[in-house]
Amino acid sequence: MSLLTSLARLRALDEGVAQPIATVRHCHLSARPMVFIPLKLSGEAAAPLAAMLGTDRAAPHLLVVTQPRNRDLRFAWAAELAGLLLPYIEGFLSGTETVERRGADPYERVLDAPQLVVPNPAGVAFTRLLGRSTRFRRPDGPYPVPEGVPVLGRWLTYFAERAAYPGSSLTLAATEELGRHWASGQSGLEDANLAALTGWITDGPSDEAEDPLIWPPAGPATDPGFDAEVLAPAIESGSAERVAEALRGQLEPTWRLMWRAIDLLGALPAGAGVASRWEQDRGSFSGMAAQLAEGAPPQARRDGAIAAASRLARMERAQAAYDVQRAYDDPLVMAEHRLTGEAFAGEVVETDADRVEGEGRSRKLRPLVVIKTDDPVRLAPGTALGTPQRREQGAELMSARDGLVTVKITKGMGRSKTPAPGSVPEVGERVCYTSLTDDFKGSPGLPEAEATPWTHGGPPPEYVPADEDAVEEWS
Amino acid sequence: MTAGPAEEAPRSPEQVIRDVLADLPRHRGVVVDSPPGAGKSTLVVRAAAHLAATGEPLMIVAQTNEQVDDLISRISAGHPRLTVGRLSASGYVPPLRMLELPGVAVGTRVQDLGDPDIVIATADKWAWISGRTWPWAIVDEAYQMRSDKLLRIAGLFERALFVGDPGQLDPFSIVDGDRWSGLSWDPLQSAVSVLLRHNPDLPVHRLPVSWRLPASAAPVVSRAFYPFTGFRSGTGPGDRRLELTTGGMGTVHDRALEEAARSGWALLELPDRHTVRTDGEAVQAVALLAARLLQRGAVAGSEQGERPVTADRIAVGAAHRDQVAAIRAAGLPPEITVDTANRLQGREYDVTIVLHPLSGRRDATAFHLESGRLCVLASRHRHACVVVARAGIAELLDAHPSAETVQLGVPVKFPDGWEANQSVLDHLSAHRV
Amino acid sequence: MNRLDVLRGTTPQKPHDARAIAALAANPGCTRRALMDGAGIDKDAAARHLGFPAPFGQSPFAITRGNVFEALVKADGCAELLRMLREVLGLPIAEVAYHDVENVGAHLRHAHTRALFDRAARDGLDAGTVYDHPLLSLEIAGHTAYLEPDVVAFQMGGRFHIVEIKSFAVIDGQADPAAVAAAARQAAVYVLALRRLLEELGHDPLRVAHDVVLVCPENFANRPVATLVDVRRQLAVLRRQLSRMTGLDGLVAELPDDLSFDLLPGEDGLPTRPAAELADALRRVTARYAPDCLSTCDLCFFCRDEARQEGASDLLGRQVRDELGGVASVAEALGLADGTRDPAEGQEEIARLLRNAERLRRECLA
Repeated sequence: MSLLTSLARLRALDEGVAQPIATVRHCHLSARPMVFIPLKLSGEAAAPLAAMLGTDRAAPHLLVVTQPRNRDLRFAWAAELAGLLLPYIEGFLSGTETVERRGADPYERVLDAPQLVVPNPAGVAFTRLLGRSTRFRRPDGPYPVPEGVPVLGRWLTYFAERAAYPGSSLTLAATEELGRHWASGQSGLEDANLAALTGWITDGPSDEAEDPLIWPPAGPATDPGFDAEVLAPAIESGSAERVAEALRGQLEPTWRLMWRAIDLLGALPAGAGVASRWEQDRGSFSGMAAQLAEGAPPQARRDGAIAAASRLARMERAQAAYDVQRAYDDPLVMAEHRLTGEAFAGEVVETDADRVEGEGRSRKLRPLVVIKTDDPVRLAPGTALGTPQRREQGAELMSARDGLVTVKITKGMGRSKTPAPGSVPEVGERVCYTSLTDDFKGSPGLPEAEATPWTHGGPPPEYVPADEDAVEEWS
Repeated sequence: MTAGPAEEAPRSPEQVIRDVLADLPRHRGVVVDSPPGAGKSTLVVRAAAHLAATGEPLMIVAQTNEQVDDLISRISAGHPRLTVGRLSASGYVPPLRMLELPGVAVGTRVQDLGDPDIVIATADKWAWISGRTWPWAIVDEAYQMRSDKLLRIAGLFERALFVGDPGQLDPFSIVDGDRWSGLSWDPLQSAVSVLLRHNPDLPVHRLPVSWRLPASAAPVVSRAFYPFTGFRSGTGPGDRRLELTTGGMGTVHDRALEEAARSGWALLELPDRHTVRTDGEAVQAVALLAARLLQRGAVAGSEQGERPVTADRIAVGAAHRDQVAAIRAAGLPPEITVDTANRLQGREYDVTIVLHPLSGRRDATAFHLESGRLCVLASRHRHACVVVARAGIAELLDAHPSAETVQLGVPVKFPDGWEANQSVLDHLSAHRV
Repeated sequence: MNRLDVLRGTTPQKPHDARAIAALAANPGCTRRALMDGAGIDKDAAARHLGFPAPFGQSPFAITRGNVFEALVKADGCAELLRMLREVLGLPIAEVAYHDVENVGAHLRHAHTRALFDRAARDGLDAGTVYDHPLLSLEIAGHTAYLEPDVVAFQMGGRFHIVEIKSFAVIDGQADPAAVAAAARQAAVYVLALRRLLEELGHDPLRVAHDVVLVCPENFANRPVATLVDVRRQLAVLRRQLSRMTGLDGLVAELPDDLSFDLLPGEDGLPTRPAAELADALRRVTARYAPDCLSTCDLCFFCRDEARQEGASDLLGRQVRDELGGVASVAEALGLADGTRDPAEGQEEIARLLRNAERLRRECLA
């Protein structure tokens, strides 16, 4: 967290209302998001208890395991979940566009993709475990499960993994997205409580948010008091209806909060980079769908050596791009870099637009721009710079002293002998420059898994789905 | 680092090097742990010459361009008849002195280099090379190399010598790597950890003597950061001298420098106060110490003879980049190195001035307590180290909550940052000014 | 009479269990907590009485699940456990005795445990023995704490291992790192207690391994799996905290003579002391509230409320508090940011940073 965010938190605490820390929305928001609030049975790793889900705020679906220790009921629940989620997911597969690629075959990319919205990171983690406990099952063989269950498991696994991918919006955790856009007057730990965080953003803070009788936890863990006083007796009574009603009561308040969170985010204009990141999401989703269609085996339990290195490289690349894009898209995010001296903004007070360096064939156009700034610049001469005002532009810091910064423009002026019109800022224009640039040069390849070197354990054994995967107890 | 069996009679550095060379043909990989200044580069050059003498081609992997250039000059100086090819990225501009070295060729492709005895490049550059293998490789700074980098290049060689310092900073990532924790091939672990988890029988040697650290520092650094695999200094108590040729004025800065000249260590303690990271008073103190050190005409005497401690022989170290920027802005001669612990790794100076990572902090984070950070800062000097810190670090450590989480299947790392900090602080408190 | 006992007054001492001892390291900088723990006052009862009940509770489902799992591991003379010990310790355990120390009755259990371990250490019995429900003890701030016997010790050839049975799942070799850490801290308490016991009996304390055997359900089933966990770091922290507890005298000496944390329990055991008076007494000792307390200390809501009333920046988290340098109050920090307050000596830099941050926020939100 930066001092800028800390200041926003202090202000929020003082004024009793959350403060914005973003001026635009940095995540994609689907026109038809699937809100998914799962609950699990306390003390169990991944025993589902209930879920409220749906794309229509007026008509949530409630799925309940009325006797949580009954394995068959659990799989029936998973089948019901598949019955709702799979049609939603598969509904996006029909409309596609053809994408041409350099050095590879063109592929079909969906025009729009599904979006799963869960309350919090714990909800993502539980989604991952649900996926893990169902994706290896089989609809045939000695312990058959309903057909949709293993497919559901693979999608849930995919959505949970995608949540860890920087900048992806296929899966959103409401508390995290809200926390990226608003600073509350409480600590980050307390922000994990959806009711408390939305309270800060809307009506102001209230201790009621921590009262499980008023705002039940947003899951997946339930309130121990509810378990003891309501749920256990209801299960004991054997009345499926009573259990379902009890759980509905726990889920409905969170359901309302989830849509409120979506509305809050939806009221912000989307940042410039959101669409391109969503495009990547659409591509990734299409790839996953293609794999499923081709009959690829379920995702491995853990990444092999090559898969791990490859995923790490993709995630680091995405993280770096996401960090740069957010700063370029949002002056308030850029302000964090200005505060630490890695960016500066100000007014152009002088330009030398036709300045050149070198002679003859190595003669290059190198305009100078002098900017007056109040920001504390902590960049060494020679630092490469970029600017949100002209994303194609490349520049270099020449000097910075007494609030005057001289910048040399090195790229993005067109091919003629004088700079293309508008490519060099003019006197009086407000500009921002930063050392934060997204100059990704591609990453070197990795060996095939079969060629894993001896330093990393050698080639892994080939994965053959075993019966024991499919019959693993779920108790 | 884990506890090894009790050592037998300590082996001399020469014996260790001979053991390493003898092990090379016997094992697919050999690991050499080298504490600060223990002659790692000397070993790399010796091993390179030894392997090249067999007539088989050798590749050398280093982590930064500076390290590559440094190794080339050392190899060229020690073994001028060896031919060396330096692979580089297209944007790399070789320093002039390197172009003048006999037998050294520079190019962006292996084909451009002729057929040299040794090809050397950074791990990043090697990752782009394919289509050829080398019977031998030497991997330098292997503890600072992430295992995913090793994965990209391990197919290029048949056998390798891995050399590095296990006590310095671990590699890191900007993304959360929890999903891989506990895996033997966790890409965020160091190249050596992953290598040894898959090949536990490979021999691990330790260079036992630090030639850099003086007798005043080796036991302190060894105890705090290498608790199970100690090392000693190559020089005796009187062998390293630091003299201030002009008189002092009795200021705290002068007294700190005098204490450091006398004992090898000084702690300049500022009044207890919680501050912002770029604590102006501490930054000022650091800058003044450096300026005074130059003014007082410090002369370093050692087994290498006497020489003045010029600005290029002084380094200032801090934990954060903004602190480094603030110290630079305080007006030091540009020849003095000012940098973060990360970037001071592997470097050597006569005198270092360190802004203690915990100075002025109210709460310590894992970043501040990371033992490798303090280890780097406290082990760059040949003569003396002056630490600037606000009082109150002992209380800060005392109040530090232990809430670190535990991942199954991840070997415990030693030393613990808290213990290492405490150990160094204990020692420094005897040199407080 | 020990000054800490005076502080507790008529309130019966709350025995320290392994969990409480492990929690000593959660916030060692907090004087209020250190004194309450040192005096052995039931913080949970105090918090309830003050009107700030702790937000902790355990679901009956979780308790049942834990009990069922433990029973499963220990069934048939720990048959499942032995299978795992063979695997994880790589021992050729042919014959193993099972010894339930609980059988002797509570008052004798500690003496019995001592005698059993003494014999095992002396004879170096070749056959393995599993000791269920041993009662161990540890000195805390001058008092002997008896450790809840929910642990198993395994001995073979005179070497001991602590076995912790926990009901959180290990899935594909991974478990919740916070849960593992908590288990490791608790197991370290048992390792230390057992080491001290051996030492008292004149044996080498290092015969108790620093690798504890953590037994958890594997994946989504009930089948247990054992994993070795190295607790050396937790042991070091624990030793540090225990030696701090013996150093509480220094803290106590500075307290006013009339200060008392006595809850004045009535016949039903419930506190009768006026809550406001108890609150005043507690406020006379400095707390060091941080949001992390919300998951580690029974008094957290009381201290958070206090921090709110004081307008302390501690509310926002350790990191924010640290970033603000010497500025402890929200109003002060905002005053510096707005420029409505002149920086005190030593605050010039944070004031400059805050003013800059404020300028930037205003510019971007205008």
